[in-house]
Amino acid sequence: MYGGGGGGGGFNAPSTASGRRRNQEDEEEEEEEAGEGRVLEAWERAYADDRSWEALQEDDSGLLRPIDTKTLVHAQYRRRLLLRSAATAAARIQKGLIRYLYIVIDLSRAASEMDYRPSRMAVVAKHAEAFIREFFDQNPLSHVGIVTIKDGICHRLTEIGGSPESQIKALMGKLECSGDSSLQNALELVHGYLDQVPSYGHKEILILYSALNTCDPGDIMETIEKCKKSKIRCSIIGLAAEIFICKHICEETGGSYTIALDESHFKELLLEHAPPSPAIAEYAAANLIKMGFPQRGAEDLISICSCHKKIKSGAEGYICPRCKVNVCELPTECRTCGLTLVSSPHLARSYHHLFPVQPFDEVSSIYPNKLGQKGGQKCYGCQQSFINPDSQSSLHVRCPKCNQHFCLDCDIYIHESLHNCPGCESQRSSSS
Amino acid sequence: MTSKVYSDDVSLAVVVVDTNPFFWASAALPFADFFAHLIHYVNSLLLLNHLNHVVVIATGVSSCTYIFDSSDASASGSADVAATFAKASRKIEEFIAQDARCTASNGSVADSNSASLLSGALSLALCYIQRVFRSGTRHPQPRILCLQGSPDGPEQYVAVMNSIFSAQRSMVPIDSCIVGAQDSAFLQQASYITSGVYLKPQELSGLFQYLAAVFATDLHSRTFLRLPKTLGVDFRASCFCHKKTIDMGYVCSVCLSIFCKYHKKCSTCGSEFNRVMPDLNSMPDQRQ
Repeated sequence: MYGGGGGGGGFNAPSTASGRRRNQEDEEEEEEEAGEGRVLEAWERAYADDRSWEALQEDDSGLLRPIDTKTLVHAQYRRRLLLRSAATAAARIQKGLIRYLYIVIDLSRAASEMDYRPSRMAVVAKHAEAFIREFFDQNPLSHVGIVTIKDGICHRLTEIGGSPESQIKALMGKLECSGDSSLQNALELVHGYLDQVPSYGHKEILILYSALNTCDPGDIMETIEKCKKSKIRCSIIGLAAEIFICKHICEETGGSYTIALDESHFKELLLEHAPPSPAIAEYAAANLIKMGFPQRGAEDLISICSCHKKIKSGAEGYICPRCKVNVCELPTECRTCGLTLVSSPHLARSYHHLFPVQPFDEVSSIYPNKLGQKGGQKCYGCQQSFINPDSQSSLHVRCPKCNQHFCLDCDIYIHESLHNCPGCESQRSSSS
Repeated sequence: MTSKVYSDDVSLAVVVVDTNPFFWASAALPFADFFAHLIHYVNSLLLLNHLNHVVVIATGVSSCTYIFDSSDASASGSADVAATFAKASRKIEEFIAQDARCTASNGSVADSNSASLLSGALSLALCYIQRVFRSGTRHPQPRILCLQGSPDGPEQYVAVMNSIFSAQRSMVPIDSCIVGAQDSAFLQQASYITSGVYLKPQELSGLFQYLAAVFATDLHSRTFLRLPKTLGVDFRASCFCHKKTIDMGYVCSVCLSIFCKYHKKCSTCGSEFNRVMPDLNSMPDQRQ
């Protein structure tokens, strides 16, 4: 295949990612149809899948026009970026880099509603998968577990752990819904598990809630109080409508409560939980964590790995520096001695949260359209000209530190993925 | 532009060239010879497939810049070897002079601090590659080749790692060819993490042969080749207090600073540690 290559954990270029998502949707669509035994006609599907009418907008004179998504996307992104940087600018706020997160997925009757296509459950599962991958990419030292609510009972699908693949596999295997949902049961269960995590970890619960009610065995207020005492931060994303009790939980425990309007909004809300949130200092005690930095074993060392109980040569795994047991992948906890095993790139992956790139200033076309003027009319990053076909300088941004100009696409890329300003990095003075 | 048929063996090669004068002054291979090798390499890439796209970025001590872009060059006519050479060499001369002026005016740079701005060049390369990704669903397969001679600049560590992870996320391999005397720990990690090729040629007078044999093939053909394997990369960390490489240490839960011994207070972020739980577990430490 040409586009992106099959492997890799969901990291993809924007252009190919959208194509892939399309494919996934199509696949799910087909599965769904096979289950129902009804096949949509091809022409029906084209409309049902694309919802082409949603990409239209009425202009002043009542004509239908396609929405100019590029500037819209950029404006949205800037709003988020400024919001985020405003939150961190206030003094030196810590970020909870070591997180213990339980994702609670509501699989009650309400999750089978079809207002999201093909169903709330399928949409939640699909985006939860993307979220888990993104979460581990951004927080390599964190841990995730999954809990489901079904028939009023909570069930722990996966133990809290550091490997995205096993979590996703477990989630995809258990997708069926029935019965009522119960917030209290969910909180009680997760509270029990999160009470055991080390004190330096930031304990979080993220509930993806489809139902409009909760069917609890006791007083939920007591449970909320308990969570508050254990310093567990609960956040909820609702798929239906705002509910008082959800709002109350989030307010009490310092989490955020948001309601998704549609699928893309849900995805956006979910992914907002991937970067570490500013930490509340007393929520997690600062501590020194003992960690091991294992090396790959020697080629001729044959041993049994502690994770899969398979015979592996030393070069395939890493050797725990304390107990010399063989583990297959990092980061992990040694099964034998419990030492946290990481490699230095895992730590480096989190550093960008601590040293974020400053938001760039917007520059409207102050230069009149001088075609003769070279140099300044190009994006410093990608060399794209700012002058569009109708010879007008388009909107771009400027780094306040190095004064280099960047195009909007580079702006998003620099802040969302690269976390370096190419201009500042290409100057000696900034680093010395 | 969109009508171009990109098959899976079309490459976009972004070549990062180290022009650090401190390094080239004492290098085994004169810069002029090195540059001739480079030009031949760029030309052979362009001749391999007429859709191949090559961008050269120079990285000096005080600045980085784009030296050559084959999409600009091909607009003016066919890729003529002599014309390419003349244009690129003029550009690089200008850049080196400019860079020297920057370095001279910026008094803080001492001779010993002679690292090139690898992080800046990698960031530029990745921005350029993102632009190609945006150009449509069919685009040439990008890769980065770093020709580095000067030593690593420790102050660029975070920025270089950020670039490496971004490259990994976009599945852009970073190849490295070391033309200096010592291995580069940054580029070893970069090539290992992004599954690129790391090579330190033994015989620099035959540099072009190495470049042509190892780094000229497109990513699709690479799967059929027996390329030099990256040897084990040392992923152990070094502690912030003594810069010693350690295989077990303490990490601050707030700022992830690494220490080799237990401290009461983090020297980086100033957090105080309560000694409630000095170790994750109460297992006796066998190594001490």
